Amino acid sequence: MADVDVRLVNVTKKFGDQTAVDGITLDVSDGEFFTLLGPSGCGKTTTLRMIGGFEQPTSGLIELKGEDVTFLPAHERDVNTVFQSYALFPHLTIFENVAFGLRRSGIKGDEVTSRVGEALELVQLIGYEKRKPAQLSGGQAQRVALARALVNRPAVLLLDEPLGALDLKLRKQMGIELKRIQREVSITFIYVTHDQEEAMTMSDRIAVMNKGHYEQLAGPETLYERPTTRFVASFVGASNLLEGKIGSDGESWTVTLPSGDVVRAPKSLGDIGTGGAIGVRPEKLTLLEPGQESKGNRLDGTVVDTSYLGVLTQYTVEGAGGLRLLVSEQNVDRTTRSDTWRPGERVALTWKPEHGFVVGDSKSA
Amino acid sequence: MLRWLGRNALRAYTGLALVYLLLPIFIVALFSFNDPVGKTNYTWVGFTLSHWANLFAIPGLLDSVVVSLRIAFISTLAATTLGTLAALALVRYQFRGRPATSLFIFLPLATPEIILGASLLTLFVAIGQPPFFPLNEFTILIAHITFNISYVIVTVRARLSGFDRRLEEASADLGADGWQTFWRVTFPLILPGIAAASLLAFSLSIDDFVITNFTAGRTTTFPMFVWGSARVGVPPQVNAIGTIFFVVAVSAVAIGSFLQRRRA
Repeated sequence: MADVDVRLVNVTKKFGDQTAVDGITLDVSDGEFFTLLGPSGCGKTTTLRMIGGFEQPTSGLIELKGEDVTFLPAHERDVNTVFQSYALFPHLTIFENVAFGLRRSGIKGDEVTSRVGEALELVQLIGYEKRKPAQLSGGQAQRVALARALVNRPAVLLLDEPLGALDLKLRKQMGIELKRIQREVSITFIYVTHDQEEAMTMSDRIAVMNKGHYEQLAGPETLYERPTTRFVASFVGASNLLEGKIGSDGESWTVTLPSGDVVRAPKSLGDIGTGGAIGVRPEKLTLLEPGQESKGNRLDGTVVDTSYLGVLTQYTVEGAGGLRLLVSEQNVDRTTRSDTWRPGERVALTWKPEHGFVVGDSKSA
Repeated sequence: MLRWLGRNALRAYTGLALVYLLLPIFIVALFSFNDPVGKTNYTWVGFTLSHWANLFAIPGLLDSVVVSLRIAFISTLAATTLGTLAALALVRYQFRGRPATSLFIFLPLATPEIILGASLLTLFVAIGQPPFFPLNEFTILIAHITFNISYVIVTVRARLSGFDRRLEEASADLGADGWQTFWRVTFPLILPGIAAASLLAFSLSIDDFVITNFTAGRTTTFPMFVWGSARVGVPPQVNAIGTIFFVVAVSAVAIGSFLQRRRA
């Protein structure tokens, strides 16, 4: 494991009697692309602002490269920020915007010119030096903000929803670009977003935040395949959660649904606790004719909605007791029949127990 | 016909409004070229440039202009500096007495000038019987700074309230301390507001009569000179100087807005 770049120990931030960040402890490694993912108001931006030095924690410790920076003012920290609104200086040219940090650290003359040039080349904005921020498009302003931060070669780069103001196409393109730049400069990125797709495509590790703390910290694949809380299961991708009476049967957890059906998941997938549930992603479910034989978990139901989406077809199936399940089926090599299923048809839903996941007791109400 | 009226009514109305506003100023300028008979300068007699050539032939006129300009410059400088700092404090910080301060700032704007002048006179007399606190140019300065601060605060505060604080955070993020952030980011961005405030302060100071009259003692400013001479007949030189003031003020505003448009 690489060196720890940023360490948060039990960091809490209160605004009046509102707790924005509630005892976060985490380590970010050197050169990592680390993402704080969560809905608005979950405390992700406040956490980032505390690392940047714009807010001071109510309690807890923040370390940067092993040094306690909890109360160090922003201008003395070896971190730079790409702000959501970019915050380019409107009265300065692009060159002077990018050179701002270099000049503050006493760098002069040719070195300023060459390093600003390098930074603008990195974000592919050579030739824009003399323009003012008002003459740039949103995507270009975003690149300048990135160059202005990176030119200082900080230990850590903080990014606060940097793609939030861009349209969908540009956002995807800039996302790929960001990942390329991060690999090229090998600086630790701490990225804040509410967009799970963005987080999944770029990050090495993601902390999924909810109500001031993170519920799960893992790589994109683990978060998707093995979410450990109901919140993570529903925030990252789509999920079917099967709630009921929890039991144990040898190597499996069992959940007895209100309809009386029993579903299973191996205990090796995680601890179900006393209030957990078994979950399964829509694409792990297979649809069968009601009479067909199957192994593993099986529920009967009726198709209530069919949406053909090109790559896949999405079904909503209603089981006994009103339980609704989402199913996605690839539109190639269908397992059971060549047509899509139509609303009203009776089906059986099956999946292998080891393809499910287990969520534990909810940490928050 | 009706359509013609509809198209031109606004133009005609605009023209009339401009004439209404500018006619008195035009008359002032015009009569600086008049060659009056006797002391009064109210009827057109004939054209002459002699008043412009002998601008300061009237005893006391030059002195009064110099006094007015000096007071206007110093009070503008002082009020702009103090007012800008006060506006920054009022917008940026929460402190005890902030709501009260906001209220007090409006008092000089809302108080009739005659009350403000009389109360300042009372104050100056109360705190020191002459010669310890004589009424002179210094007391005029204090009075002008007093009311100008309010105008500066109100103007600069308007500019500051639309200021994006993230720019200052970005500056700190890039390693600038508070002092550098102020001079490199905050000040250049609020400069148009500060410039507008100081123009306003200067013009308020240079033509103030009521408050100045209460606090002047034996000092004579330009407006007081005009008032004094009006009783016996305003000399055309006063018109000439008024015209110069007008042209300088209009040019300053025109240059200011031209520069601002070029920067944007």
